[in-house]
Amino acid sequence: MVHRSWCMFAGSIMHCKIFILTAGLLFFTEMIKAQTADEIIQQVKAKLDKVSDYEAKGKMKTNVIFIKAPVATVKIYYKKPNKLKINNESGISFIPKGSLNINLNNIFVNTTGFDIIDVGKENGTNLRIIKLLPKDENSDVVLSTLYIDEAQSLIKKSTTTTKENGTYELEMTYGKFIEYGLADKVIFTFNTKEYKLPKGVTFDYDDGSKKEQDAARLKNRKGKVEIVYSGYIINKGVPDSVFQ
Amino acid sequence: MRRLLQIELFKIFKRPRTYIAFGAIASIVLLIQIALKYDGKSYIDLLLNNLKDSFDFTDDFKSKLLNGYLICFIILNTLLIQMPLLVALIAGDSIAGEANMGTLRLSLTKPISRTQYMLVKFSASVIYTIALLICMAILALLGSVLIFGTNDMVVLRSEGIEQIKSFDVVWRYICAFGYAAVALTTVSALSFLLSVFAENAIGPIIATMSIVIVFTILSEMNIPIYDNTIKPYLFTTHMVAWKGFFYVKADAEGTTINGSIENLPAIIRSLSILLIYIILFFGSAVWVFRKKDILS
Repeated sequence: MVHRSWCMFAGSIMHCKIFILTAGLLFFTEMIKAQTADEIIQQVKAKLDKVSDYEAKGKMKTNVIFIKAPVATVKIYYKKPNKLKINNESGISFIPKGSLNINLNNIFVNTTGFDIIDVGKENGTNLRIIKLLPKDENSDVVLSTLYIDEAQSLIKKSTTTTKENGTYELEMTYGKFIEYGLADKVIFTFNTKEYKLPKGVTFDYDDGSKKEQDAARLKNRKGKVEIVYSGYIINKGVPDSVFQ
Repeated sequence: MRRLLQIELFKIFKRPRTYIAFGAIASIVLLIQIALKYDGKSYIDLLLNNLKDSFDFTDDFKSKLLNGYLICFIILNTLLIQMPLLVALIAGDSIAGEANMGTLRLSLTKPISRTQYMLVKFSASVIYTIALLICMAILALLGSVLIFGTNDMVVLRSEGIEQIKSFDVVWRYICAFGYAAVALTTVSALSFLLSVFAENAIGPIIATMSIVIVFTILSEMNIPIYDNTIKPYLFTTHMVAWKGFFYVKADAEGTTINGSIENLPAIIRSLSILLIYIILFFGSAVWVFRKKDILS
């Protein structure tokens, strides 16, 4: 009898524990989900905030349908909050508008002014998709979509839509400087407009060959700049004169 | 023959009017250089106007773009259209001038054949053309490099932009000047041919210029009916093929291939057409001259 009542008592405690545990787990999961987007952004930002300035060397490849350009050796200078300069010291490089965005810190320059939307995870890559909507209606940026590796607090991809200059896309590959959130390789995709100069100005030599790129030009209005970094000098100071 | 050539060259370079061409080239080159030195950025703004929404063109970028190689390209683009007039001044005068002065018959009393005489006269015109080009090369290329410095060269075409690394430019200019020498020799040969028919130098010079202007207009017009019929056979269409040395090949990602030429067979074809014209014009001039009854 004693044994039976003891069993009933133990059973009810067990049920109670399971209930508390389940409820706690659900509550905890909900809490994590509610905080995650904001938390992830804060973690990513904290990582990027470790860098006050840097000077980086790299190779830049320009891929625009109407430009034939050699691979350039460039130096990239960055200084907080949003100064960035790409300098080709030994030649000429066509630098696309919006190249400032290759520095990811630029996304968070105005973090308090954004609404953060958690979209969930991307199929296949398992990257967290978070959208940032600027609260300021006059902001040039309309929407930023970030694809974040939660485990490493790294932005792997981003898409920024602007009012004036279309959409910029960024794709990052990380390596040696992962702890600072600095990429080893960045692919920057941007919108281009059609290029044409009157033949009366250029007096082109017509070699009689058919231009195959005309159809492609109509389709492909996107340009691409790929920068492969060979090294960074981080937080050693960059003078303001570099950006003038 | 060599002695005769020396005499011909002496006659050409003794005349003050010969130096008008050199003076004209020097002043045009200098004027373009001064204009671009002080207002080159406005010119660049004009050229890059429809790219300004896609790219950042800083003052530093414009300064680098306006380097000696680009300036020389702009000068050649402008001058090689005007140079036929300067070339025709001498070639058009070579036979007609002698006829006008009444020295042609006297010259032919020398113990040389009419063909040899024509060869000497034409060679002297070609040497003058080459001297003019060397003068232009020194002033336009060397002068611009000294004033503006060197950097990567950017060639703006009507439907695209070619960027060439600075170390890959000089050999292209050597080839371009070599090609320009052949192109101007074609004009010289035409003027030389017309000179055979005239007794006054003005006629062949004006006729040469008229032909060059009309043909250039036809070459530059984009009218489909002419594109495949007349245009490929006009020598003026092929005179601008020197630019082909500055059109480079690129890989699938649009990266310039150093040391490459986009369409070398087309340049060789154009060069061959010009050489055929030179042979045709000079051959006709000799043929007519040999049969001509020299009265002056």
